[in-house]
Amino acid sequence: MKNLKLASVSALTVAAASMASTAQAEDLTLCWAAWDPANALVELSKEFESQSGHNMSFEFIPWPNFADRMLNELNSGGKLCDLLIGDSQWIGGGAENGHYVKLNDFFDKEGISMSDFADATVYAYSTWPKGTPNYYALPAMGDANGWFYRKDWFARDDIKAAFKDATGRELAEPKSQKELLEIAQFFQGREIDGKTVYGASIFTERGSEGITMGVTSALYPWGFKYENTPGSYDMDGAVNSPEAVEALEFYKEFYETATPPGYTNSYMGESLDAFKSGQVAMAMNWFAFFPGLYADPNTGGDKIDFFVNPPQNQAGSTLGGQGISVVAYSDKQDAALEYIKWFANPDVQAKWWSLGGYSAHNSVLNDPGFTDSAPFAGDFLEAMGSVQDFWQEPAYAELLLAMQKRLHDYIVADQGTAQEALDKLVEDWTEVFEDEGKL
Amino acid sequence: MSETPVTRAAAATPKRVARRIKGLSDRAIAWIFVAPTIFLLLAINIFPLIWTINLSFTNFKANRIGREVKNVGLRNYERILTDSDIWLNMQATAHFLFWTIFFQVLIGFTLAYLINKKFKGNDLWTTIIVLPMMLSPAVVGNFWKFLYQPQIGLFNYIVAFFTGKDPSSFEMLGSVQLAPWSIVIVDTWMWTPFVMLICLAGLRSIPDYIYEAAEVDRASKLRQFFTITIPMVLPFLMLAVLFRGIENFKMFDLVVQLTGGGPGSTTELTSINLKREAFEKWRTGYASAYAIILFVTVFGLASIYVKALNKVKER
Repeated sequence: MKNLKLASVSALTVAAASMASTAQAEDLTLCWAAWDPANALVELSKEFESQSGHNMSFEFIPWPNFADRMLNELNSGGKLCDLLIGDSQWIGGGAENGHYVKLNDFFDKEGISMSDFADATVYAYSTWPKGTPNYYALPAMGDANGWFYRKDWFARDDIKAAFKDATGRELAEPKSQKELLEIAQFFQGREIDGKTVYGASIFTERGSEGITMGVTSALYPWGFKYENTPGSYDMDGAVNSPEAVEALEFYKEFYETATPPGYTNSYMGESLDAFKSGQVAMAMNWFAFFPGLYADPNTGGDKIDFFVNPPQNQAGSTLGGQGISVVAYSDKQDAALEYIKWFANPDVQAKWWSLGGYSAHNSVLNDPGFTDSAPFAGDFLEAMGSVQDFWQEPAYAELLLAMQKRLHDYIVADQGTAQEALDKLVEDWTEVFEDEGKL
Repeated sequence: MSETPVTRAAAATPKRVARRIKGLSDRAIAWIFVAPTIFLLLAINIFPLIWTINLSFTNFKANRIGREVKNVGLRNYERILTDSDIWLNMQATAHFLFWTIFFQVLIGFTLAYLINKKFKGNDLWTTIIVLPMMLSPAVVGNFWKFLYQPQIGLFNYIVAFFTGKDPSSFEMLGSVQLAPWSIVIVDTWMWTPFVMLICLAGLRSIPDYIYEAAEVDRASKLRQFFTITIPMVLPFLMLAVLFRGIENFKMFDLVVQLTGGGPGSTTELTSINLKREAFEKWRTGYASAYAIILFVTVFGLASIYVKALNKVKER
């Protein structure tokens, strides 16, 4: 009888323990865009699975549909994602519409300090209202728009000599936007190894955010500002300033004189394809793709090098990257927060960088060996020091689509002048902010 | 009493069911059968329409559920009708609509006329011609995008072969002048077979004895064509125009795949613009007003057209 009781107690204990472990183990779904760093995150997350007992699933959406798909999911209160690595511009809507869990109490409780992350990334990816200590995401993936080029072509004596003849200066990484254009124009239509090549592939995509991300890479170095006084929404004179007009005219000239034929609707994928197929001497794209480009057997390795978006009146790069947030509609918020806690760990952040993700953690970025850890690491640090982001307002989609239209109408469709395009943009944005009750 | 389908059905009805429906009038039974359809129609068509009309007078945004919804009166309608960009979208749609229908009717009728002549391989050619309309518009959009590619696209090479131009010297999808025609070409390629099939049905419905009588009266082939063939095929042609008109007014997938509405807004048809307003900018109230304006336009034009069609049929 005693043995029976003992056996019963043991059985119950085992059952209870197994039930407890079943109750704790969750199936977490992390949503992000489908691109190279997402694969690195899958690899990284295996460590979390083995440590926590939770299972990780991933929902990766191709970039052109990412915003549509995820914003629909959030707006409908969907439970697909427990964790979301959402674009930086979504933070305002995520916070104000209650899509993201506010993380301040959690950070305080777990001793996660935002001062451990690069200031620019905390400002851009985590805070709403901007610059206030209200955190809705942990910086997950630092990113900016940068450039890469055919180092092997730049090193060839015949090309160097031809460039010197044409421009009077040495062929090297550009130090200004105007030098960048000059180099691109030099390569445009040039015969290299019996093949016609072109200057550079730049962003001209109409449907999502492409042309805006490309043009802001010219606007920011010219000193573009969204408002005359930050937070006042007074845009007239800032958005359509003479510097902004000059930058926009510059980008149009770049598109017309230094890009391959047919690049009227190109974004990340087209830029990578153009470079990898040996069509262009230079290309713009997000730093997130640089590890993959460097590893490419045909155009990577010693054939490629990278440079930060060149300055003009000032240094300036378009911000990419994302923070990781806990979705407010998730039933598994505790497990999702566990993931955030694990991800904030400096060791995990170091591994994240080594796998191809761009850590924003100071322990990684300030490491003395960081700049030598990859050929683009130094450029990444430099870019993150001068990044600027698009509006992060809850109405960002309206603001973005208005800019997409005005820019594409002027640059690709050749309608009107740069001044008219920016004046109309001010009108569009004013209407949006009036609807929002902010003007 | 002879056995009819009705008496057979009555005999087959279980007694319990028969007892229940005993005493119901024919009209009541008819209503029982029709009611589910009417309910579905109300739930799926009429209610959303009324709801959309209601939303069109507000500033509602579907992505901002907690936001205060204000009645803005006719402001959304006023904004749309006075927006020059929307009128450009309307023009792009009208251009697309007119030229696709024009070419599809012209080529479709010609093909039907030729196919209607008995010749060897007639059936095989009919099958080959109708292949494009069996494909998905998204697939068609994608592969025409490659065909139009200025550096590797077959279309540019064919044009270059006949004109002697450099294939990469023109961009069908990237040029403001050519892009509207590029979408017309693809839609015509895809949907001409549909018009052809309708015309073929019309041509085959003309009895041979009418042509034989005309022969007896020594009417020329040309006269037979204009006094017999065209008038008798006209109702079919008008039906094809109606179908294609309605379809192309709401054209979305094919053009999105091909141009995304670009370059600039050159090929941004009203349906693409409406989708952007409703599901990308989330201006639900504004988009509702936009949808109502489009609905009234299509409904009005279609009603006038159907009246004309009925008159032609009565002749």
